[in-house]
Amino acid sequence: MKYLMLVIGDENMTLPPDQPTDPQPWIDEAGSRRLVGNRLQPSSDATTVRVRNGQTLIADGPFAETKEQIGGFDVLECADLDEAIELASKHPVAQFGTLEIRPFWSS
Amino acid sequence: MTTIEQAFRDHWGSVVATLIRLTGDWDLAEECAQEAFAKALDRWPRDGVPSRPGGWLTTTARNRAIDRLRRRANEQAKLQEVGAMLDVGWRDDDEFGDDRLRLMFTCCHPALPLEAQVALTLRTLAGLTTIEIARAFLVPPATMAARLTRAKKKIHNAAIPYRVPAGHLLPERLAGVLGVIYLLFNEGYAATEGPSLVRLDLCAEAIRLGRVLVELMPDEPEALGLLALMHLHHARRAARLDGDGELVTLEQQDRSAWDRAEIDAGVRLLERALRRGPAGAYQIQAAIAACHATAQSSDDTDWPQIAGLYNELARLAPSPVVELNRAVAIAMADGPAAGLSVLDALGLELPGYHLLPATRADLLRRLGRFAEAFSAYEEALSQSGYTDAERRYLTRRRGEVAAG
Repeated sequence: MKYLMLVIGDENMTLPPDQPTDPQPWIDEAGSRRLVGNRLQPSSDATTVRVRNGQTLIADGPFAETKEQIGGFDVLECADLDEAIELASKHPVAQFGTLEIRPFWSS
Repeated sequence: MTTIEQAFRDHWGSVVATLIRLTGDWDLAEECAQEAFAKALDRWPRDGVPSRPGGWLTTTARNRAIDRLRRRANEQAKLQEVGAMLDVGWRDDDEFGDDRLRLMFTCCHPALPLEAQVALTLRTLAGLTTIEIARAFLVPPATMAARLTRAKKKIHNAAIPYRVPAGHLLPERLAGVLGVIYLLFNEGYAATEGPSLVRLDLCAEAIRLGRVLVELMPDEPEALGLLALMHLHHARRAARLDGDGELVTLEQQDRSAWDRAEIDAGVRLLERALRRGPAGAYQIQAAIAACHATAQSSDDTDWPQIAGLYNELARLAPSPVVELNRAVAIAMADGPAAGLSVLDALGLELPGYHLLPATRADLLRRLGRFAEAFSAYEEALSQSGYTDAERRYLTRRRGEVAAG
């Protein structure tokens, strides 16, 4: 079962200096269950694209102007949702941000 | 109750649960279970009730499932897959244990919204129809149907597993299952909406589910504690409302109308739970209910003991409701003034909590501070969240303190 894990957090949050944020130990633990993943540049670098009545509309910024933004993603291959939840709960961002797990439409 | 009705009560959940394990298809499982019961309705009066009705129903439902899956699967490869899946699942039945436990944990999975957990439990385990569930929760049938469909879709699409969670997850997930059953009971016991204060059918379903859970997990003290708690509350059902549907407070209830056999059953379950180690929150609540249920009269109630149990409960599972009840127990043990001071400390943290002014009003009334009691009853009545019977009680009390 493939899941997209969105790593979501407040970009302007200042974390306590002792808060671990390095995802490497988590990546090691996930091992082959993590198919791909990356951190994203800040949402101020995002561009949205819409085509309406044949017109391409380009705008600066993310699709939703909310305090919490997508900061990274991972594609997980897990046996079921419980395994994905357990893996997500070990990600460092789970301690201060939010992880959204979405199943792929088709595998 | 007819034989078929009894069989439906006893076996619906198992048949659906086993069919879900075999096919992985929740809708198919329900449809085939329904067809099996329809067939029983037709056959049993003619051929007699089979020696193992549950086995007969499961086999019949399983054969219906194979038929339907065969019709669905056109390609040979798919067909073989279906056959293999059903065969393997069937032969190794014993080692799979009772499928109802799996079903309970999946229905109450925390990734599903709570209202869907409750509805799904009632539909698949208790066998209530969508219309019955909609009526119980006062929503249109279409809304309830959509809620159930969405939940089943998520179970399928997100691969919510169909199993009893592994050891390290079990305590947390079991708490979720217990929570759903207790919510169901409370929805029936103290209906939050609607003209009737008590909906006994929901209470009975919750107790039935609690009993199944205890049967399947006999060593879980909190499952025993919850079942004990529900029995101890439910035993007082005949005395909670008077002939006009008015709420009767615990102290004024006719104790001869309490169901002694059910109280005894509750107390025995609680003792069984308490032998297994330190008490959890359901066991403490059951112990409180047992104190009330076993007191000869309201004056005989062991309030210091109850206040002590509430102190323990407030430590284990703090909540506004627990604090409020703790204040009431302290008022009974040490006098209304002591309770009032606990309540006043609480009031600062809980502005707008609707039971607060009602409880405050009752304590002020007992202290003879009628003017303050009157305005507290006024405040309570200005808030929403009360059932009609509670509202009538408050109005009556307001009249009493106004008259002095």
